[in-house]
Amino acid sequence: MSGLALRPYLAVFSGRLQLTLQYRAAALAGFATQLWFGAIRVLIFAAFYAGGAAHAPMSLANAITYTWLGQAFLAFLPWYPDPDIVEMVRTGAVAYERLRPVDTYGWWYMRALAWSLARVAPRAALMVGFAGVLLPLVGLGQWGLAPPPSFAAAGLFALSALGMVLLSAAVTLILDVIIVSTLDDRGTNAVASSLVNLLSGLIVPLAFFPDWLRPWLRAQPFAGLIDIPFSIYFGGLSGWSAVGAIATQFGWVAALVVFARWRLAAAMARLQVQGG
Amino acid sequence: MLNALALYGRYTAASVRGQLAYPTSFALMTLGAFLITIIDFIGVWALFQRFGHLGGWTLGDVALFYGLTCVSFAIADAITRGFDVFGPTFVKTGAFDRLLLRPRSTVLQLLAYELRLTRVGRLAQGALVFAIGVALTHYHWSAGAVAILAFAIAGGVALFSGLLVMQATLAFWTVEGLEVANVLTYGGQAAAQYPMNVYAAWFRNLLIFAVPIGCVTYLPMLAAIGRADPLGSPAWVGPVAPVAGFAFLGLALFTWRFGIRRYASAGA
Repeated sequence: MSGLALRPYLAVFSGRLQLTLQYRAAALAGFATQLWFGAIRVLIFAAFYAGGAAHAPMSLANAITYTWLGQAFLAFLPWYPDPDIVEMVRTGAVAYERLRPVDTYGWWYMRALAWSLARVAPRAALMVGFAGVLLPLVGLGQWGLAPPPSFAAAGLFALSALGMVLLSAAVTLILDVIIVSTLDDRGTNAVASSLVNLLSGLIVPLAFFPDWLRPWLRAQPFAGLIDIPFSIYFGGLSGWSAVGAIATQFGWVAALVVFARWRLAAAMARLQVQGG
Repeated sequence: MLNALALYGRYTAASVRGQLAYPTSFALMTLGAFLITIIDFIGVWALFQRFGHLGGWTLGDVALFYGLTCVSFAIADAITRGFDVFGPTFVKTGAFDRLLLRPRSTVLQLLAYELRLTRVGRLAQGALVFAIGVALTHYHWSAGAVAILAFAIAGGVALFSGLLVMQATLAFWTVEGLEVANVLTYGGQAAAQYPMNVYAAWFRNLLIFAVPIGCVTYLPMLAAIGRADPLGSPAWVGPVAPVAGFAFLGLALFTWRFGIRRYASAGA
């Protein structure tokens, strides 16, 4: 593809990014909420570990680091479809999307990517500043976000974080396609957000679930949203198992993109427009 | 007073009929509310699988605290929808002017705004987790214990409603309403799902003395199951502690009246 052909996609990306970045009050509110829920999780972990950590799959310090990372990057979790697309489906404006001389999937994917990045960036900066810089500075380092243990872990994390960003947008697009096909987002949202919260490892790192479940939990798509990248960050996944986990992430991105493109094309071909 | 109750009944009956007009949508949203909350408990289960106990409590014990908190919050959340959406729906649009013109209290009218039936899902989740707790433990549930629990739920509904009234009061100043208030409602509920003695002292004191969520969950539950407080509060405290929830609601209604005096219509 030539540079010219990519221009509309880059334009929608940067437009959405700048627009979403304007919501500073929402970012601050999100940070405060995530700080509170992160603190509850950290305190509960500390209480569990204080009673004996013989069967714990990771150290308390690592569980705390994982928790703060999960809160910092929370807005990557694809809980619901792109609200603008839900609105388009509701008003019927989605029909205009068929008139644009661009690939609808690619166009929407860039929107989703910009939307998640712009919501994550300010929240993550505040959270890393608080848990990674402020807490160690005031002498509460053992309650804070520790740096990765090695350059290898940091490098693998960077790769896995890229997988996380791409996967987040790919799941959002699956939800977008469901909306276009079913026209109602309420039921889907509830089921999707429950699945995402549990299977991504947000509520509890997947390693805490029974050992026999673990291979299955790490193989499903949502693990790549939190559990895989943040386990790689603190060294819980390293070497070839980390590489394998990253391969799973990118494999799921490819599979979801192919599937959603196919279903979107089918839905757009027999689009029934609501509204005038 | 009787007239106000009858009026509330008519408002809520209309609200219920409206929500049931779309049965599929209602069923899906109720199921959704159930699912999104029950998965939190699956997380608690996973941690107990690993660690066995938490500060001397078993999974069954925690299920009791967790269930009680969820039931109180679900009821409060269902009846206070009008306060929850107060900023964007009433202040920003100026619709509050109309409420002020009617010869009934604003609190009654906002309570009557909507009875959110989908919160049945959250309520069912709380009741289910509580039942799991009862099945996993072997406490004796005397009539006295049940009475303490009923009082705790009433106090909990009052407390969480008070938090939502305060959140709405903030909208007199901020117009939009502040999402940050969710930290105390949803976040308070999340924190009170665990027995308070497992928390660090500063956090625990915040939840018992500043925003007295512990007084409507932790302390009365200890009294109901007949366990001594690991923190050393005397035994008479538990059964009377939920009074703090009503006191908190009283304080919230006082600030509400103060806020109304400050109201300047933002609408046309």
